[in-house]
Amino acid sequence: MSPENLNHPDVPVPPDLQGRVTVTTLDKIYNWGRVNSLWPMMFGLACCAIEMIATAASRYDFARFGMEVMRPSPRQADVMIVSGTVTKKMVPQIVRLYNQMPEPKYVLAMGACASGGGPFKEGYSVVPGIDRFIPVDVYIPGCPPTPQSLINGLMTLQKLIQTQSLKTVRWYTKEPNQPIPVPVLGPDLMDPRQYDLISMQNEQIEAPAEVMEGEENSHD
Amino acid sequence: MTDRIITQAAPNLAEQFPEWVKPDARQGYQGYLVDSPHLVEVMRALRDQYGYDYLSSVTGVDYYPEDLMEVVYHLYRSIGGRSLVLKAQTNRTESHVPSLVSVYPGAEFQEREAWDLLGIRFDGHPDLRRILTWEGFSGHPLRKDWKEPFFEEDIKPFKSRWPEGHVRRIEDSNPYQNNLQYPAGFNPESWSPEGEDPLYRTLTRGNGKGGFKTDQMIVNLGPQHPSTHGVFRMVAVLDGENVVDLKPVMGYLHRNHEKIGERNTFLQIMPFTDRLDYVSSMSNNFGYALAVEKLMGVQVPERAEYIRVIMAELTRVMSHLFSAGFLLNDLGAYFTPSLYVIEERELILDIFEEVSGSRMMCNYFRFGGVVRDLPEGLLTKIKRLVTDRIPRKLEDLDNYLTKNEIVRSRCEGIGVLTAEDAIALSASGPMLRASGVPYDIRRADPYSIYDRFDFDVVVKYHGDIYDRYLVRMDEIRQSLRILEQAIRDIPEGPILAGKPQYTVRVPAGEAYGRIEAPKGELGYYVVSNGKPNPHRYHVRAPSFINLTSLARMSKDEKIADVVAILGSIDIVLGEVDR
Repeated sequence: MSPENLNHPDVPVPPDLQGRVTVTTLDKIYNWGRVNSLWPMMFGLACCAIEMIATAASRYDFARFGMEVMRPSPRQADVMIVSGTVTKKMVPQIVRLYNQMPEPKYVLAMGACASGGGPFKEGYSVVPGIDRFIPVDVYIPGCPPTPQSLINGLMTLQKLIQTQSLKTVRWYTKEPNQPIPVPVLGPDLMDPRQYDLISMQNEQIEAPAEVMEGEENSHD
Repeated sequence: MTDRIITQAAPNLAEQFPEWVKPDARQGYQGYLVDSPHLVEVMRALRDQYGYDYLSSVTGVDYYPEDLMEVVYHLYRSIGGRSLVLKAQTNRTESHVPSLVSVYPGAEFQEREAWDLLGIRFDGHPDLRRILTWEGFSGHPLRKDWKEPFFEEDIKPFKSRWPEGHVRRIEDSNPYQNNLQYPAGFNPESWSPEGEDPLYRTLTRGNGKGGFKTDQMIVNLGPQHPSTHGVFRMVAVLDGENVVDLKPVMGYLHRNHEKIGERNTFLQIMPFTDRLDYVSSMSNNFGYALAVEKLMGVQVPERAEYIRVIMAELTRVMSHLFSAGFLLNDLGAYFTPSLYVIEERELILDIFEEVSGSRMMCNYFRFGGVVRDLPEGLLTKIKRLVTDRIPRKLEDLDNYLTKNEIVRSRCEGIGVLTAEDAIALSASGPMLRASGVPYDIRRADPYSIYDRFDFDVVVKYHGDIYDRYLVRMDEIRQSLRILEQAIRDIPEGPILAGKPQYTVRVPAGEAYGRIEAPKGELGYYVVSNGKPNPHRYHVRAPSFINLTSLARMSKDEKIADVVAILGSIDIVLGEVDR
């Protein structure tokens, strides 16, 4: 956002002060600062992570948008770029990392796998989309998305941030934020929010014989 | 044991062990069937008397609905030559064969994988736990009668998508609207997790040799760690700063390549291979194309062979540059060396984008050739890159890194792997050559047209991190030599044998295609039963098997150096976990 846009349209700044003084709203100045210093988490899952590295490197260089401070620790990051296939074995860690990020936090689902499973959706140990566990703000299509699309996705996120208001954002509401329950690895991935559904389903439905045989094998 | 190791001809095992071994007489199959109780003895004889000291690949094949489970071994001599294929058969219900870890320690992870995915028990294996899925996972997914939650049909193309063309969401047929299934009667409230205890129990505690009076400590590195090159995890037992024991934990990127591959048609697998080692997709295409071409018996046209070699060698240059940059990252030269190498990588990616339409996931090879010809003027572009730009960059890197005092003191003598260990642990690629074993598949068992080119097999003898780095840098130079010759000699002509086809006819049989990928020996084991889909599709991933030696190399090193040792193996998680 340029400083001209920062100025409040209803308050004219005298010509001799223009460029030095701006009269603006709290929301605008707050978002202006946040938009230009997004710190992504250094967190690569799969192929898309390589394109994320390429985006950070000199040719595409997302430092131009104030996003170059990649943080390996979730405690210091604003944006989680879910860059790659989310597997069932990995999703407990991703949810935990998300819970560890301080507010305000945003999630970018980079590529087909993170958005909806992608080419590996039919596989038995792939989570078809990270949005089943954590809220996603921007989805970026592609397999993998080119660096240009990733930058476009990050700029879309910047636009989204500019629409937020201090009055309504969730991190300034009175109720404390509930962490997302971390999924558990059992015979298959289990979301603690679905425990009732799982036990109900398994009482009602007889599993096919093949599954039972496989289950016996796994416990011998 | 005889004094002289016989290395000339392939042994006639059926004569040597008439009661235990018989030739595999099935149509399209090769090698020998070994009586599984005597497997270890036969293998030991092969290693000690016939020089088959390198166990390349171990995998299983499920011949459902027959009650037959088969374990397939591919053996090589580390002095070069063709493969020897052995098979041990067992039944499906109580599948078990003797473990080969005592003869070939490199079998450890591969046997664990076969147990995990196929449910074959390896008697005598020191640590038979699941490796790609997790402890407690229900079933063995690569068994033909095991169905995944999003199961539609046994083979593609699925009727839901063709020929009517309507697509229904697979989620709608699942009670959880998700990729989930549980055994009958399972109740999560009364279920207790296995946790990580089985893993921690396998770690050996030291006897305080370091002289420290401190407690030994277990440290987990990863799966989210900036230096693990993705979602890889190491569990280390530390005595002070020294590593007493270390176990790699993987499977955090297990994307079911093999299960999906066995549902796909032969051609549909090609784009999936791109995503194995996602830094070098062209090489992955190459290996898979070779394996299927072996089965089909196609002759690849001259021009296509040259294009393939050009692309594979460009990939090698790119991958080695990348690994050198990231090794420096791991040493603490945070991101600056990487920026230099990524700059060059982008130029190679431009070439890939021009020929295939995609930067990273090229999907460029086809059975019997490549998908399209080189665009006009591309060869000049490649030539300029190969003769001018990259050599200068290499000189730069040499000046900045190779002679750098800090790099040398961090890398020399750290993470040593001896030649004997490297062969025994089935290490391959730059790892093997840095340990003093001049084994390069392009020379040892030539494929494609590599026998026409003049290049040297790079070999170094210390087996430490620094030598692995040097091998990679020198291999880039050799690749540039090959590229120069290939650009000079490339003929005009067709680029594909026959017409382009969606469904290829692959005769029944088995084939193992292997190439010298940038990371090491990349092998594809394909079993066809004459249908449009492979019956078995297995990837022998170099990154995965090279990790077997990580524990050996890290022992008694400092924990800070383990990160650099891992960087020098140069793993890509897409390939480790598949």
